[in-house]
Amino acid sequence: MKNNHEPLFHVVKRDELSRGKGILIRVVAIIVALIFCGIITVALTGVNPISVYGTMVTGAFGSVRKTWVTLQNTAILLLIALALTPAFRMKFWNCGGEGQILMGGLASAACMITLADKLPNAVIIILMIISSIVAGAVWAGLPALFKALWNTNETLSTLMMNYIAIQLVAYFTVVWENPKGSGKIGIINQNSNIGWLPEIANKYLLAIVVGLIITFFVYIYIYYTKHGYEVCVVGESYRTARYVGIKVGKVIVRTLLLSGALCGLVGLLLVGGINHTITTTIAGGQGFTAIMVSWLAKFNPFVMILTSGLIVFLGRGAGEIATVFGFNQSFSDILTGIILFCIIGCEFFVTYKIKINKKEGEGNV
Amino acid sequence: MFDFLISFIPRAVGQGIPLLYGSTGEIMTEKSGNLNLGIPGVMYVGGIAGVIGAFLYEQGGNVIAPLAILIPLLCSLLGSLIMGLIYCFLTVTLRANQNVTGLAMTTFGVGIGNFFGGSLIKISGADVPSIALSETSAYFSKSLPFADKCGWFGKVFLSYGFLAYLAIIIAIVCSVVLKRTRIGLHLRAVGEDPATADAAGINVTRYKYVSTCIGCMIAGIGGLYYVMDYACGVWSNDAFGDRGWLAIALVIFTIWRPNVSIVSSIFFGGLYILYMYLPTGMEHMEVKELYKMLPYIVTLIVLVITSMRNRREDQPPASLGLAYFRESR
Repeated sequence: MKNNHEPLFHVVKRDELSRGKGILIRVVAIIVALIFCGIITVALTGVNPISVYGTMVTGAFGSVRKTWVTLQNTAILLLIALALTPAFRMKFWNCGGEGQILMGGLASAACMITLADKLPNAVIIILMIISSIVAGAVWAGLPALFKALWNTNETLSTLMMNYIAIQLVAYFTVVWENPKGSGKIGIINQNSNIGWLPEIANKYLLAIVVGLIITFFVYIYIYYTKHGYEVCVVGESYRTARYVGIKVGKVIVRTLLLSGALCGLVGLLLVGGINHTITTTIAGGQGFTAIMVSWLAKFNPFVMILTSGLIVFLGRGAGEIATVFGFNQSFSDILTGIILFCIIGCEFFVTYKIKINKKEGEGNV
Repeated sequence: MFDFLISFIPRAVGQGIPLLYGSTGEIMTEKSGNLNLGIPGVMYVGGIAGVIGAFLYEQGGNVIAPLAILIPLLCSLLGSLIMGLIYCFLTVTLRANQNVTGLAMTTFGVGIGNFFGGSLIKISGADVPSIALSETSAYFSKSLPFADKCGWFGKVFLSYGFLAYLAIIIAIVCSVVLKRTRIGLHLRAVGEDPATADAAGINVTRYKYVSTCIGCMIAGIGGLYYVMDYACGVWSNDAFGDRGWLAIALVIFTIWRPNVSIVSSIFFGGLYILYMYLPTGMEHMEVKELYKMLPYIVTLIVLVITSMRNRREDQPPASLGLAYFRESR
């Protein structure tokens, strides 16, 4: 565009957007994204688009068991997103969810393996809960401490902590290998069920119930407590926070301890409640996906139920397509990526509006 | 000790070159004020796009020298250019959050890599058991013909494919451009303070687009080098691993200087494979898993130390991570 011509349109910031309109823009974005996903799937498989969406729904809700698994996965992703949220409100980019979950899982696996038959089951479970929460908190607390003391870049330090956690798990996988030579730990205490978290009604419900409780807890924590307020102020400006007498370093470390503790709890649920074993991929990249779940929901815990549900639905739907058509499971990552791009892009239309420049307005510049 | 170095250095360089491409690309991107956390994804796309090009070409029959190199290279550049354009469109034109966009790019790019890596054979209907591009790879990893005759010197300095030397040339060119040319000065101005640059008549949007896209293309070649040269043309899913993140960490380690990155990439490449050379004893093979932590622990320590020193000239571009909107001043 040349400078001496007036451009066809220009962009201005919106003053305020009604809630309904904001939701409408996002819904349109999701629909556009789903259409894109459909086009890509059709291009790769050659089936008609309606059966593509049909397959996706079948994958997520096709049977009672599948529905439960979808709900359980949603709860886990929701929990991770909730764990990361207080840190994000402080503009602390905790990319270390993955490692914090692994450390929580590793701590509970350690209790299950080393303490079995030595202590009563109830004591072991209590120790698992404590140790996994502490392990997760420590893993998030270290980068927070670096940030508080020396302003170390948290995105990279938390990422590095992930890989250190992965190698620790890999190390203990070899140490606790069962059976020897299999290269994995296998189901822990398969016969005695020591350290397995108790089931509520069925084996899926525990994670869902915990997820809902933590949703309420995090909602109240970030919107209705003094801590939540301090987190918000620190996120806006360190200087303002210092001016009003908030100890920035203390808030950073405290918030990240909470964030890590909740991730550790997810590790506990994954190892003690769902998988009963531990592998290096037990978190499966959800530590990263949860960042986007949380951001898409504008850090609102209740909206996160929807966003995590959407991402899990997509993942399982795409997984079903992959299985039916013989692709590999990474197909869901592509679809997730497309949906994310569309939703990220639509935020533009929430914040800004495009004004078409009228030709006759040229005189008054 | 000497023998050890002669066998160790070439492998360290082989590991270091993808990191060098990644970090050079990310430095160019960050100098324009864009923090592209999508580099790991871009490198996957660069790799797989080259693989797709080479695979379809090899399936077509007779493979001749210039095309066998050009086709994968162009495909790789095109793939990473598209990723760069997606990133720029979202963060520069639509002013989206750079962290989230970058992470989404990584999810997307790694997904594309692994998806086509796993399904390419099925989609293209070819009749081969796995993707092994030995012919193309032979062209990519061809070293200088007299390298074998030069003893240890040849092994340490001359035994690499052309992409390795290209990486070093690109890094030097980038650092000269950034430091010594008007374009570099403008680019740094955009990264430090886009509003001032804008007032000085620099087209901020164009600089951000061009430098980010070039950065992505450089990073993409890193992915291509890994598959074609280091991995001998065999694509295996998730094999590229976390090198993209290490490349981003290297940017801080080198304090935004591509020429420093040449040495430090090779150093990190060495850390990456050091575990194979450290003694464990037969009884405790599991210790190897702990040795593999080395690059990450060193990166973490380096991050902490650079932030502790906190010198004025070691700071990131001032507007890194922030979108520029002319009217919000």
